[in-house]
Amino acid sequence: MSTIRWNSENETMTPGPAHAGPEVEERPKVDPADQPLHNVTEDPRYIGKSVERPSARKLVQGQGTYIDDIELPRMAHVVFWRSPVAHCRIIGIDAGAARRMPGVILVADGHDLAKVCKPWVAVLGHLAGMKSAPQYPLAVDRACWQGEPVVALVAESREQAEDALQVLQVDIEELEPVVDMETALDSSTPVIHPELGDNLCFTRSLNVGEVDGAFARADAVAETTFEFGRHTGVTLEPRCQIADWNPADEKLTVYHSFQAPHMMQDLYARQFDLPESSIRVICKEVGGSFGIKVHAYPDDFATVALSIICKRPVKFVADRIESFISDIHARHHRVKARIAVSKSGEILAFDMDDLTGIGPYSMFPRTSAIEGNQVVNLVGGPYKHKNYRAHLKVVFQNKTPTCQYRGVGHPIACAVTEGLVDQAARAIGMDPLEIRKKNVIPDDAYPATGASGIKLEVLSHEACLRKIEKMMDYPKLQAEIEALRKQGIYRGIGFATLIELTNPSAAFYGVGGARIASQDGCTIRLDPSGAISVSVSVGEQGQGNDGIYRQIAADAVGVDLEKVRLVLSDTDVTPYGGGTWASRGAGVGGEAVLLAGQALRANILKVAAVILKRDATELTIRRGRVVDAKTLEPALDFAELGRVAYFRSDTLPNDFIPELMVTRHYAQRDFPFIFTNGVQASYVEVDPDTGFVKLLKHWAVEDCGRVINPKLVDEQIRGAIVQGIGGALLEECLYDDRGLMINASMADYLVPMSGEMPDIEVGHVQTPTRSSQLGAKGAGEAGTAGAPAAVMNAINDALSALDAQCWSQPLSPQKILAALGKV
Amino acid sequence: MAPLHTLQVEVNGQDQVLSVQPRQHLVDFLRNELGLKGSHLGCEHGVCGACTVEVDGRIVRGCLTLAIQTQGCKVRTIEGLSNDGDVRDLQESFIRNNALQCGFCTPGMVMAAKELLERKPDATREEVREWMSGNYCRCTGYHAIVDAICETLAERAAKSQKVKA
Repeated sequence: MSTIRWNSENETMTPGPAHAGPEVEERPKVDPADQPLHNVTEDPRYIGKSVERPSARKLVQGQGTYIDDIELPRMAHVVFWRSPVAHCRIIGIDAGAARRMPGVILVADGHDLAKVCKPWVAVLGHLAGMKSAPQYPLAVDRACWQGEPVVALVAESREQAEDALQVLQVDIEELEPVVDMETALDSSTPVIHPELGDNLCFTRSLNVGEVDGAFARADAVAETTFEFGRHTGVTLEPRCQIADWNPADEKLTVYHSFQAPHMMQDLYARQFDLPESSIRVICKEVGGSFGIKVHAYPDDFATVALSIICKRPVKFVADRIESFISDIHARHHRVKARIAVSKSGEILAFDMDDLTGIGPYSMFPRTSAIEGNQVVNLVGGPYKHKNYRAHLKVVFQNKTPTCQYRGVGHPIACAVTEGLVDQAARAIGMDPLEIRKKNVIPDDAYPATGASGIKLEVLSHEACLRKIEKMMDYPKLQAEIEALRKQGIYRGIGFATLIELTNPSAAFYGVGGARIASQDGCTIRLDPSGAISVSVSVGEQGQGNDGIYRQIAADAVGVDLEKVRLVLSDTDVTPYGGGTWASRGAGVGGEAVLLAGQALRANILKVAAVILKRDATELTIRRGRVVDAKTLEPALDFAELGRVAYFRSDTLPNDFIPELMVTRHYAQRDFPFIFTNGVQASYVEVDPDTGFVKLLKHWAVEDCGRVINPKLVDEQIRGAIVQGIGGALLEECLYDDRGLMINASMADYLVPMSGEMPDIEVGHVQTPTRSSQLGAKGAGEAGTAGAPAAVMNAINDALSALDAQCWSQPLSPQKILAALGKV
Repeated sequence: MAPLHTLQVEVNGQDQVLSVQPRQHLVDFLRNELGLKGSHLGCEHGVCGACTVEVDGRIVRGCLTLAIQTQGCKVRTIEGLSNDGDVRDLQESFIRNNALQCGFCTPGMVMAAKELLERKPDATREEVREWMSGNYCRCTGYHAIVDAICETLAERAAKSQKVKA
């Protein structure tokens, strides 16, 4: 074993330290959680570093290619006539005038498209008893929400299609809408789909330990009803696609702004009865996704159907208004919950009842019951209590369908849990940080099982709490709050401890019958020039998957970053895989890249050994060249190796074929999910006269295992936090009593702006998962999971000085003033 | 259909003479007639700022401005700015600070930040946040965007100090 250490910073070989440092000086104690991680590659240069990601340069110059930037020959454009009411019967469609408008190619309704596209029912086998009704690309005879596509109009240009839409006549008979989820199951409420018998989509109950006993012996019980406003993702680039059916070779190409291209390939094949091999889904730049672009929408299937019927490419780009009423919504929950706690601050039990309204259909193919199911799984998640009862009802209503949006259930579960923990702390007069320290599952107790039955591999709540306390200088802030309250300034601090499921196994969808891959793959090829070409089944939507895959591949093979070329998001080209959802890009896709890189490295060494007539074990790789393993003396450049392997195979032994392209796959199978954890803190000021909240500062400590690129992770967390803050303070799809969304525009639906958002300080604890070599867990959603709880708790900390409370999100000025008894 | 109008406009230093519909918005004109796809359509009602372009030295919403309103004007887009290198320092700072994720809002952000750099060279962090509030970013959380702009402000200030000295 060589004692020489390769110094990756300056490319020099350095022996150990020349002399020992002064030993008398006591070193500052390092938190065990801050210890550097072991290396996953022999010559680590990029993993763990904030290096530039490959797509940034073109995007900052406006040179990206988003779907709407693509123009194909003979491309037509589709616009949709959408139901203007929440529930109606379609009496008749008079398309005569529309058909005579300039440029109009086709007007089609639900019956027309049902001839080429089969209906679907979005249920999952492992969600027992779940039901939904068949759904079509365009409404057939009846529309069930405002925004449901009813008629498609295809024209030569978008303008012509929109002009023709103005003269399309659709006669409808308005039906009684089911608007309020609270009364959706009442016997007097109409049943949206009579064949289902009632408006109940899914229900689940859980009763663990002795909940009633725990509440009976508790010193304090806090009970609250939490409300969460229905909101939506607002990707800045709306949903869009181009479907291009080539009737000659019977091949369908869909250019899509999407997160899971292989999933759509499979769905197109099944809904249109086409061989999977005849379908190609390509994603280029994706202008924001957040879970909005991981579902199969009716207008998506309609666009494909129209391309097949018209035999030419058809482009669909949602405008902003139709985005608001046709993109999935999420998070509309009412949770009645309570917590039992002892005088000493021990959490004894949680008990909760969750009601959520999901629209008239469960969304295809991931279903709309997952969010509520997650709430049941996650409430109380960070804590070691053993008693837990939960009841969930998922009901149908005539509003836009809801489904998985960034965080999926976590923001609700976290807000319920952390809101109750704060109330319990207040009831027994304990500091909110203290009660959390006392109750989190200790860092040395893993693997552990949470009260709901969730399996937790390895978490670091204690280390994260220590770190955030230090980062925010908690005692100083407390003193500041105290002093300011005397001057009539009301500030508050709120904490949120959280867990987040990432790196999902097939337990998420596969076991339920959904054909959504839990594995991902990577192919790496050494090019003759010595560069490598890396193709991954996971795409890029801005989070920087392209960046980390380049880093991992460069380190794993042993080449400079600049020598790595990436190929992503094309079902004809990349390995098969799940894509981006449930924070799996780094943990699952990243591991596949690492494994492929290691395999290619081994193969390169085999080729080098043959060329050099040496034993492969005597060789290793450094920065694009094969070197002597002991001395690191250069032995063979990759470019020379590539030249010989690809162009001079005549010089190699007859029984040896260089394999300079390898594929490896990875699926996480050790646990249903690899949970991450973290803690957030929010510092706010509430103006009791106006109800306005000023966000002064936000802190987050996150443990996503190995951090591959700190800058990417930090801004992922910050972006997720701001989305969480949006839901907590600003964002809500507001409906009137007829089920019409009344704020479906960017001017009326409030999205966080830079001026009102705080600076966000991010810290890390790194506890790698042992389920992979890379040790990375997901980082994309935890910010959204914790921020609403932290902000809500901070506001209530401030309001507590005025004997007021508000647990209804978004915590708008009106609600805060109402809580203060001022309106 | 209203009769077409002849529009004469300079776009990124190049004279253009085209027949346009009077109802055509500037951003549609740039994207569809000239192929300048760097300006993006996020909301088409003047809120998100992804379509921000420059007309005679001031930024405008490309989705609220009609193409014919730019008759005789000088229009600049992200493509022109990038080619001319006027905001290279700002763009480098965006990259360095990871001030973009999906990149859809970024051209508009760069256009808006350029005007800030020129008009408020001594802007505070708070003022940067305020100025940039006309441009939505749904990915980043804004922190890195503000960092990137503040860094460029500081660099430019240091440079002009040096020039003065």
